[in-house]
Amino acid sequence: MKIFTIAILVNNQFGVLNRITSMFRRRQFNIHSLTVSETENVEFSRLTIQSEGEEVTKQQLINQLYKLPDVVSIQELDPQVTISRELMLIKMRNSAATRGDVRGAIDAFEGKIVDYNRESLTIQLVGDSRKIDNFVNLMKEYEILEICRTGVVSLERGASTIRRVTNL
Amino acid sequence: MQLSGSDIIVRTLIEQGVDVVFGYPGGQVINLYDSLYKYQDELKHVLTAHEQGASHAADGYARATGKVGVCIATSGPGATNLVTGIATAYLDSVPLVAITGNVPNSVIGTDGFQEIDITGITLPITKHNYFVGAVEDLADTIREAFKLAMSGRPGPVLVDVPKDVQIAMYDYEPYAPVLPDEKQAAKAVRIAQAAQIINEAKKPFVYFGGGMVAAEAQAEMLALAEKIDAPIGCSMMGVSGVPTDHPRFLGMQGMHGHYACSTAMHHADCIIALGARFNDRVTGNRAKFAKNAKIVHIDIDGAELSKTVSAACGLRGDLKQTLQKLLPQVEGAPKPQWMAHIAELRQVEEQGQDKREGMTPFNVLSKLNEHLGEDTPVATDVGQHQCWAAQYVKFANTRRFITSGGLGTMGFGMGAAIGAQMGTGQRTVLVTGDGSFGMNLNELATAVANKVPLVILLLNNGVLGMVRQWQTLFFQKHYSNTMLDARQTDFVKLAQAFGAQASRALTLEELEEALTAAFACDGPYLIDCAIDKDEFVLPMLPPGGSMDDIIVKVGD
Repeated sequence: MKIFTIAILVNNQFGVLNRITSMFRRRQFNIHSLTVSETENVEFSRLTIQSEGEEVTKQQLINQLYKLPDVVSIQELDPQVTISRELMLIKMRNSAATRGDVRGAIDAFEGKIVDYNRESLTIQLVGDSRKIDNFVNLMKEYEILEICRTGVVSLERGASTIRRVTNL
Repeated sequence: MQLSGSDIIVRTLIEQGVDVVFGYPGGQVINLYDSLYKYQDELKHVLTAHEQGASHAADGYARATGKVGVCIATSGPGATNLVTGIATAYLDSVPLVAITGNVPNSVIGTDGFQEIDITGITLPITKHNYFVGAVEDLADTIREAFKLAMSGRPGPVLVDVPKDVQIAMYDYEPYAPVLPDEKQAAKAVRIAQAAQIINEAKKPFVYFGGGMVAAEAQAEMLALAEKIDAPIGCSMMGVSGVPTDHPRFLGMQGMHGHYACSTAMHHADCIIALGARFNDRVTGNRAKFAKNAKIVHIDIDGAELSKTVSAACGLRGDLKQTLQKLLPQVEGAPKPQWMAHIAELRQVEEQGQDKREGMTPFNVLSKLNEHLGEDTPVATDVGQHQCWAAQYVKFANTRRFITSGGLGTMGFGMGAAIGAQMGTGQRTVLVTGDGSFGMNLNELATAVANKVPLVILLLNNGVLGMVRQWQTLFFQKHYSNTMLDARQTDFVKLAQAFGAQASRALTLEELEEALTAAFACDGPYLIDCAIDKDEFVLPMLPPGGSMDDIIVKVGD
């Protein structure tokens, strides 16, 4: 099983996200991460989906996506030439005993404290998923109150864009 | 020209070449029905007994004609009653446009009376669906729905129109009927690969499904089989795609397929699959399916390639054009040994043919064959009678076997037969069983009201025969809820109560008389035809089994 990332350009209309996820559900494709937003062109939204499976599963998933009339273009993102980022907000218990260690970790991971009070502190961290996983694992040593992650957004390096890659 | 939304719907249907729609009125389509009244000279509306019947009728019409079938229902229960029909069309790739009314925009989302989220409900069983929130979008949305229903791999599309949109006024200009998206042949490099595999084959087998019928690629397929000297078989959806008595045609393959056909496919070293999708009723145990064969798979839908069985060469493209390009690249090579083997298999099948006398399924359907015209549509419901019909009924022309292959919808037959009759103008036959017929027999009312020349051959065994067959074979004869004898329905009286003609046939002589009367009748005629409850559909590949496990005779 391999994790793969695909970007999907879709018509920017209500219900389109539902059409995409409905297809994932009924054919039992996994979703590891899903993000969606408007693009440079208001007519289109862009989804970035991370999923998991063998090559045949991936191909079947892409083929099934192409059958949805609202799907404009699909690009499989090769991790070698792709910038992927996600953002996490993590709320930690603020206590005198652990404050120093937590702050040390924040510095090492280049995180940022975006909220601070006597009981808690909230850290913002940006990076690839692995970096964020590592930070979360580190924080498990202390008391995590809440975590919220955006999911992965990805763009290919260089000047090529999704609209130029339409093949099946 | 300023028209109301409901007028625009009807005008757009007429502009798109629709000559008949099937439906049922209700609160949220009352405006639409007023427009149908207004334009009744240009567009015929057939009132069914139930919305499900309307959806199956539109489906039967589309299957028999190749045109888009149209059905109409009101919001809420009217719309949900279409669901089984839409799903049936989806699984068999039938072009259908379903139009539903809904509560006004101002009420949407408030659980109004008879409000239902029909676009949400039909999401996984339509190619696409639309909620038309504004009258400006109405005509173009309907045109788009027709285009989508016909394009690529055909299928159903639903258009949901709130009541206020039907009332609102907007400009309407008639357009020419939309055309499906332009079709393309598969990539040249793939065609060359396919030709190479086919040219290396010693035992090729041409296998087709409903996609071949939709692509109208019969001539090209026969030319291919002729050139490479291969036998031809089909899935249930392919039946009537080539004439039954074509010398290369072995009939249907699969769980209840013809012995020679299933065996030949099992022995082949190359399967050329044309517009077929290798579902579980075709492959049995996938791991054991046609292990020695390289599969060349051509389909308009790329997602079907290597979906269930892995293809040595998958070609996405229009079947007709792809075959036209493939034909010159394959070598004309006679395969006398392979064809001799096929002849042997045919002989084995013939020797195993049911030769009993009396009211056996084979004898009953052979009798029916004597009465069929070249162009008679034969619809079925689902179950044993359907498999017997697929095995024994003889066809001369394409699009004449009307059956629910993918979804296996009991209750499909009555509506579908009415739709097929209206689409073709031909007297139509429905082969059904007492179980299936019991589900939607209300459509007898539609057949009577419209004087539909319809021969209903009811194979009455007093049981749900297909499930009973499984219970006999795999569930120690625990006949759980498959005995219908307690019902005591008198189907002859029932048909007569509906205003149809009917008679009972307990012997082949009585059947002959009944068929003669039925084929001369100007309306629906039901023949209650008694058969034994322990007749089996054979051969049978047990579920999850392979050709090695084929059951040819009871007691095997």
